[in-house]
Amino acid sequence: MDVGRHPNIHLLAYAEVEKVEGEVGNFQVTVRQKPRYVDESKCTGCGTCAEKCPTVTSDIYNLGLGTAKSIYKYFAQGIPSAYTIDAVQCRNFQPGKKCGVCQKICQAGAIDYKQEEKILDVPVGAIIVATGYDLFDARKIPEYGYGRLPNVVTALEFERFLSASGPTHGHVYRPTDLALQASLPEMKKVYQKAEKALERFEKHFQMTSESFYLRYESGELRGKDEDYYQWAEAVQAYRQGKGELEALQERIDRIESAHRLAFIQCVGSRDLRFNKYCSGFCCMHAIKEATIAKEHDRDAQVYMLAMDIRAVGKGFEEYRNRGATESGIHYIRSRVAEISEDRDHTPIIWYEDTKERVVHHLPVDLVILSTACEPSAAGERLAELLAIELNEFGFFKTTPYPPLDTTRPGVFVCGCAHSPMDIPESVVQASCAAARAAQVLSGSATRRLAS
Amino acid sequence: MSGNTEEVKKPDTREARIGVFVCHCGSNIAGVLDCEALTKYATTLPPVVYAKDNLYTCSEAGIAEIKGAIEEHGLTRVVVASCSPRTHLPLFKSACAEAGLNPYLFEMANIRDQCSWVHMQEKGLAQEKAMDLIRMAVAKATYLEPQQDIESSLVRKALVIGGGVAGLSAAGAMADMGVDVVLVEKEPQLGGLLRRINRLAPRGESASELVQDLVKQVRSKTRLKTMLESEVAAVGGVIGNYEVTIRDHKGTETQEVVGCIVVATGARPLQPDGQFGYNGRNVVTQIELEEKLRNGSFAAQHVVMIQCVGARCPERTYCSRICCLTAVKNALYIRERNPDAQVHILYRDIQMYGVENERILWESRGKGVRFDVYDVERPPVIQEDLVQVYQPLVGEVEEIPYDLVVLSTPLVAPEKAAALANLMRLPLDQNNFFMEAHAKLRPLDFATDGIFLCGTARYPATVSEAQAQGLGAAARASTILFKDRLVTSALVSFITEQCDGCALCLDICPYYALQLEEYEEGNRIHKRVKSDNILCKGCGVCAATCPKGGVEVKGFTQKQLSAQVDAALEGI
Repeated sequence: MDVGRHPNIHLLAYAEVEKVEGEVGNFQVTVRQKPRYVDESKCTGCGTCAEKCPTVTSDIYNLGLGTAKSIYKYFAQGIPSAYTIDAVQCRNFQPGKKCGVCQKICQAGAIDYKQEEKILDVPVGAIIVATGYDLFDARKIPEYGYGRLPNVVTALEFERFLSASGPTHGHVYRPTDLALQASLPEMKKVYQKAEKALERFEKHFQMTSESFYLRYESGELRGKDEDYYQWAEAVQAYRQGKGELEALQERIDRIESAHRLAFIQCVGSRDLRFNKYCSGFCCMHAIKEATIAKEHDRDAQVYMLAMDIRAVGKGFEEYRNRGATESGIHYIRSRVAEISEDRDHTPIIWYEDTKERVVHHLPVDLVILSTACEPSAAGERLAELLAIELNEFGFFKTTPYPPLDTTRPGVFVCGCAHSPMDIPESVVQASCAAARAAQVLSGSATRRLAS
Repeated sequence: MSGNTEEVKKPDTREARIGVFVCHCGSNIAGVLDCEALTKYATTLPPVVYAKDNLYTCSEAGIAEIKGAIEEHGLTRVVVASCSPRTHLPLFKSACAEAGLNPYLFEMANIRDQCSWVHMQEKGLAQEKAMDLIRMAVAKATYLEPQQDIESSLVRKALVIGGGVAGLSAAGAMADMGVDVVLVEKEPQLGGLLRRINRLAPRGESASELVQDLVKQVRSKTRLKTMLESEVAAVGGVIGNYEVTIRDHKGTETQEVVGCIVVATGARPLQPDGQFGYNGRNVVTQIELEEKLRNGSFAAQHVVMIQCVGARCPERTYCSRICCLTAVKNALYIRERNPDAQVHILYRDIQMYGVENERILWESRGKGVRFDVYDVERPPVIQEDLVQVYQPLVGEVEEIPYDLVVLSTPLVAPEKAAALANLMRLPLDQNNFFMEAHAKLRPLDFATDGIFLCGTARYPATVSEAQAQGLGAAARASTILFKDRLVTSALVSFITEQCDGCALCLDICPYYALQLEEYEEGNRIHKRVKSDNILCKGCGVCAATCPKGGVEVKGFTQKQLSAQVDAALEGI
């Protein structure tokens, strides 16, 4: 919000760098701003459009765990606070289809279906790359079962489970239980349809289905064979539907929140098959999630399986110790070999405890994978158009002293685009990159004055 | 503040003529509350002369309506009932200012974030609450007074305390940006801890080359004045104008006035107190090993390094962040120069966080450095010529012969840090490192405006991290130093007639904004409290503590708050 309001900061959201020419002190950057089909200067961010939009899509912010609309805001506090139309999903952009609901409803008159992409030329003296990172795709480790075992999730997905604004409003349930709950309305519909069918027969024949079926079974009712046959079928379907609904309801009533949670560290990092390096922030992230899970549910039992627990920041070791003493986190030094599941989709973790020298199996309600921080997939292309190099790991290459200079003068990098790091480190680097930019710019300004 | 005061005769602001604007916020508010009814209700409140509901009060049209109504209806107070002051207060205040009304005569009722959003399920009760909130805001607004923002001057000069890698980087960067810098170092030479180090982790560059390079750069800058063998003796003043006394080793004192201060006083390695048989000969610390490697006196063949000596223990709970890296760096250096040398590292968790550090961990394993976990319950035992360590993997005690044991001790806060903290009124954490304003979002700021923090004075850091922090602190300071003048909110504490100098408020002020002063009246010496309106942040702790109404906060006076509370209780 400070950035959004800052008089010296011009935000170009929903935009990408196309071309960079020139040199330090005098870069010409070409930026392509994509159409959001909403006038940023008019949109007040009220959200009425999204409320009325008829096209339901998957909510990317909640990692597909919830739903959104085709006119959306990535997340509530985003800056600028304007909405965006997802033209791939929106009916109005489908050939032969029409909608226009948002345009009609928007009282600020901000919807503009004809908005086009803009190419902007931006002259700058220095460039700071802060493009962040991607997460390791846990499917690449088949023995951990992510994507196959429903109750194995990633730490970022779990973050959404814990969030009060997330899809489960902060309650932790197993995805299989959530699916069970989600199947209830459909099952109810089937049941109600069967009930309606019976009502029609009862009205027509002025008889309860109960007594009809008794008499039909005993062979007492003959004559209008076809009708009676259909009625009997309907009674059977109704009874089956009712039974299934009751059984489902009973299972749903028995659902408890997920109490036994296990965090598995170094999923895709410190692993010669994938990323050799340490992802830096995941140990603390897992401890934080475990602590919050315990705050939400005092009965939670939390395990953390890790080779080393890297709590190296200010106050981190103390936080990890409180995790054990106050939240009862069981830290287990181990490398998990495999995750399987039982018939009830309960994940079972197989690991060797390197302290006890024994292979254990640990059944839990939910497994949370701490997936590695990886170089952003777009990094290679960006490196090419900025004419800067990547290092052996795929992050932007920098000099060690001063620490954030890339291989091209006037281009700096900070945050996880540099290497995996946590929030305070990123904030420090951001300020550092700003200082470096100011340093070289005042240097080049002085040189220009002198010449 | 703009507004043409000449043409229109402004109404006397002592008289409350209040305009109320109720925002629908699309359906965010209007979907739950009946905004028209709220507007009608507002007109029934005595000092309200005008009320209007808008679809979006924050839209251009809504702002124009506020400005128009100020002129047309001679409004002397404006109340907006809408979203949240967190996001929209500055906008509405500036709308008032543009229409020639003092912006401090604005008040907000939060009927969205604190009403319609949280009471969606109870519309009737929400409506009643919104009425209460509007009535309360109107009651408070009645007693609002015009205020002027506080402006103060600014000296474009900075003081950097400490000439290690962080301080050198901060000072150099600020000088490059065009700031005059005074760099104070207590030792006779610049470079700090870096001067004792052999090679830099993780890539193995020479530490002395880096020191020379940094010092040369700093020396070349005309804007930068270096004061060696000197210490800060006193600090007074506030952001923009800190008055600093610097004392050199001869006792000569120099005065400097600076706009900002960067604290980069560093840390020192813990000297063990006989732990693990420390003797400084064949049982040494990691920094002593660095010195041996640096001056070429290192000759050992069997080296055992023990991690977490005096760290991650009850007396010193923290992890010192850099010692595992240092151990691995030195182990690699030893193995590379003498492949026959044996190096064992006994550790608890090997803290090679990040990309480069983990890389040298793999590398050192590949080059034959041995790593073994030790159990904190059964730590290694140092015998005459061997180290006994319990191996949990095999369940046996292993004996490792040595001719040099190296203890990895943590970086600790220097004793003088506490004195400086006291002098500058800066907070320390439980481990005596300086404490930043916010652990996540403001790692380089102190809570006191205009003072910044970097390097190992904050927490153990690698050379590269300390440099990033030094440069970062320079950027943080420059956000202030390049302003033309400092402007702060007028909503700060002030002393009333009721103050009798009891000084109850002095110690609880978190910003040290209050002082006791003496004055003479009727041939007698009296005492009363004095408030510094730049140090004060208007938090109100003093006002809440004072039993006599001797200190109050502008915009939150007893009168204003009582009116608000009375309005809340109306009809109960």
